[in-house]
Amino acid sequence: MSAAKIEVLLQTLISGLLLGGLYALIGLGMTIIMGVMKIINLAHGELMMVGMYVAYLLFAWAHIDPYLSILVAVPLLFFLGVALQKYLVNPVLKVDAILPENQVILTVGIGMVLANLATIIFKSDYRTTPVDYATKAWYLTDLWKDSPIELSLSFPWTVSFLFAVGITAALWFFLSRTDMGKSIRATAQDKDAAMLMGVNVERMRVFTFGLGSALVGAAGCLFLPIYYLYPDVGGQFTLTGFVITILGGLGSTVGAIIGGLILGVFESLTATYVGMGWAPVGRFVVFMLVLVFVPGGVASLLRRRRFGK
Amino acid sequence: MTYRKPLLILALLAVLPLIRAVPGVNANYWLHNFILVVMWTIIGMSWNLLSGYCGQVSFGHAAFFGIGAYTSGLLYVKFGLSAWWGMLASIPVVGAAALLIGFVCLRLRGPFFALATIAVGVILRIVAENLTGFTGGDMGIMIRERTWVEKTWYYYIILALAAGTFWFVDRIIASKLGYYFVAIREDQDAAESLGIDTTRYKTIALVLSAVLCGFAGAFYTNYMGYIDPKVVFALHDISVMAIMVVMVGGVATRWGPVLGAVIMILMAEIIRTIPKVGTAHHTLFGVLLIVVIIFLPNGVVGDAAKLRRLLRPGRSA
Amino acid sequence: MSALLEVKGVSRFFGGLAALTDVDFTVGKGEVLGLIGPNGAGKTTMFNVVNGFYAPSRGEVVFKGERISGLKPYQICGRGLARTFQVVKPLQRMTTLDNVVCSAFLRAPNRAAAVANAEEILKFTNLWDVRDTVSKRLPLGLRKRLEIARALATEPDMLLLDEACAGLNPSELEESIGIIRRIKERGITIMIIEHHMKVIMSISDRIVVLTYGQKLADGSPAEISANPEVIKAYLGEGDD
Repeated sequence: MSAAKIEVLLQTLISGLLLGGLYALIGLGMTIIMGVMKIINLAHGELMMVGMYVAYLLFAWAHIDPYLSILVAVPLLFFLGVALQKYLVNPVLKVDAILPENQVILTVGIGMVLANLATIIFKSDYRTTPVDYATKAWYLTDLWKDSPIELSLSFPWTVSFLFAVGITAALWFFLSRTDMGKSIRATAQDKDAAMLMGVNVERMRVFTFGLGSALVGAAGCLFLPIYYLYPDVGGQFTLTGFVITILGGLGSTVGAIIGGLILGVFESLTATYVGMGWAPVGRFVVFMLVLVFVPGGVASLLRRRRFGK
Repeated sequence: MTYRKPLLILALLAVLPLIRAVPGVNANYWLHNFILVVMWTIIGMSWNLLSGYCGQVSFGHAAFFGIGAYTSGLLYVKFGLSAWWGMLASIPVVGAAALLIGFVCLRLRGPFFALATIAVGVILRIVAENLTGFTGGDMGIMIRERTWVEKTWYYYIILALAAGTFWFVDRIIASKLGYYFVAIREDQDAAESLGIDTTRYKTIALVLSAVLCGFAGAFYTNYMGYIDPKVVFALHDISVMAIMVVMVGGVATRWGPVLGAVIMILMAEIIRTIPKVGTAHHTLFGVLLIVVIIFLPNGVVGDAAKLRRLLRPGRSA
Repeated sequence: MSALLEVKGVSRFFGGLAALTDVDFTVGKGEVLGLIGPNGAGKTTMFNVVNGFYAPSRGEVVFKGERISGLKPYQICGRGLARTFQVVKPLQRMTTLDNVVCSAFLRAPNRAAAVANAEEILKFTNLWDVRDTVSKRLPLGLRKRLEIARALATEPDMLLLDEACAGLNPSELEESIGIIRRIKERGITIMIIEHHMKVIMSISDRIVVLTYGQKLADGSPAEISANPEVIKAYLGEGDD
């Protein structure tokens, strides 16, 4: 392999990992909701879109940095999620319908409304957020003059990635170390047992939906400096989110993180070696392969290894 | 089942083109809407067969609609055949595609099947957009020689197709297949242990449903004269619309798709024509969907008694 | 008596846990075999292995001389082995009659034949009066009986009854016992899981006792109730 080829490959892998870290955050929100509620939230990407517009407006009006907007978007999205769960999803859980997929269809309806409201308010224009560090990057040749290959690390991508890692770590701490987090995990594992242990399952559901929404709202803020914003931007992230959820193995948080990374790298490789337009196909090819060959996702592979020991 | 009511309704629908004779009415405009309603009835019945009766909720009926549409379009562009041949050719093409899709997706149960079908719909759209050499990509396909300028014949063709579909679904539901489909929806484990090869019958439901939806797609190419990937493989405007037509009308009911198509298409048209409100049509659809799911989970037909109860106090007040 | 069903050295593991270990027994043609044991002894797992929901981790199940382990549940049902579920699984939105018609389609050449067969079975199981009731509105006792009716409609040679009498009131219990006896008179072999000692002792020809996934004893009701090990492991701490 020539140096140029290696350069392209390494650069592709780097962007893939950075993208994957952000994907993982999107996937985590959906995975947590999936774990506790046993439903796939198909309005997930639209909630992220809301987070993006919040950060965008703060930037446009007060020139607040998108990374700082996380502090606003997270509580806002949390309450939006809580409200959606309390007033829309919960009532549907109690309705006796022929198709239990009603709940999933409901979230599609919610997503449609959110995306369309955004179109009405903001028009269908593509917007970018001109942060002054948008094109800043670190180069390998700056560090190592004689490097045979050139690699770059985009500043906003790297910062977003680090934020995603930080938030993921905080989430892990919350789920494994706090009482609330433990109750959530108990509810996800066995609702009835958790109820017997005195966990208020209803409250956990509401809280979890809020938490999942807050996570994806944060992801929205992180995507803003590096991505276009338009009202329908959420749809593709909804799809990304559920692909990761399946890839990770339904409700497994570690699985979702690994799944996000795999997907990011895979999409990046497809975009480089097959063509930009094909990247989304790569996403679904991974999805289909997982469905057919590893129905339990990454989590089942991890579990198998543990039993092997 | 008795066919008196369906035949009566068919007779009524058959005289609708007489609207031309009414002075002061834009007959073409109305016929266009009638055609869309009838076409959506077919798509609704197709979705109802797989998802309503057999319980395999599809979020990807655009895949079958689009394959049907492209079969027609490609026959015309690549082989110079009349796009009408697409109606016939779509049967094996859509059927084969459904077999393949079913082989992968039907391993999954419940919401995961639904997710897989979304993926299928999106994959096909992206493939159609990117295989520019084969499909013409985003440029779409234009049928230059239109069979009729006037809409009456299109109306009768789609009406005949809808009547056939109605009869066909009716027969299926009353047969062993219908019983097996509902058994699978109600409890897959029970069905399996009662001797039903659930994979096989789910595949049958999928293929039948797909072929019916593919017909509608092939017709669409002929009628509209233009297709592109964003339109025929649309997630919201085809796949979700199919769900809405049946959810609003009534899941697993005979008349649900018909009523649902009437309500949805007319509503879409009314919303579209009101200035300013037009852009909000997805919001209104979404709200309608949410309201139906919460308050009328069995649709207008399934919850007819409930609806009547709700409306009565309103009338007396 | 020739063996209709042979369970040969069947083990079933879940993860690292053994739900069944090396279980052997046979069921003779025309026999009623009671399968008893404390909760968690592996009775329902045994049914799931026999019926094809689980493949055995080791060993095999032979029915009518043919190895059926590894086949799918519908294939096993098609070979003449039907079951009921402990947690009833009626086709909720179908009427009682349609539930049974659905099963009858397995053997019936057409709808008329399926309906005729189903009607006969509804009369046989005393469900005729509720034939037009949507099955989710049936009381538990009748839903339990509907399970039996549905299984019978597949015209089995052998029937697995998983706690078909649990939760019934005394009069329903009498009725169900009567029905099970009449099923036996039709020449259908029965394997039954039951907690009611009275039921199991009165209808079983032979009893197999499972504890912790292993076979503890195998014999006539009289032998079983006199077996000190069984008394210690099961009857002694029994809750009935």
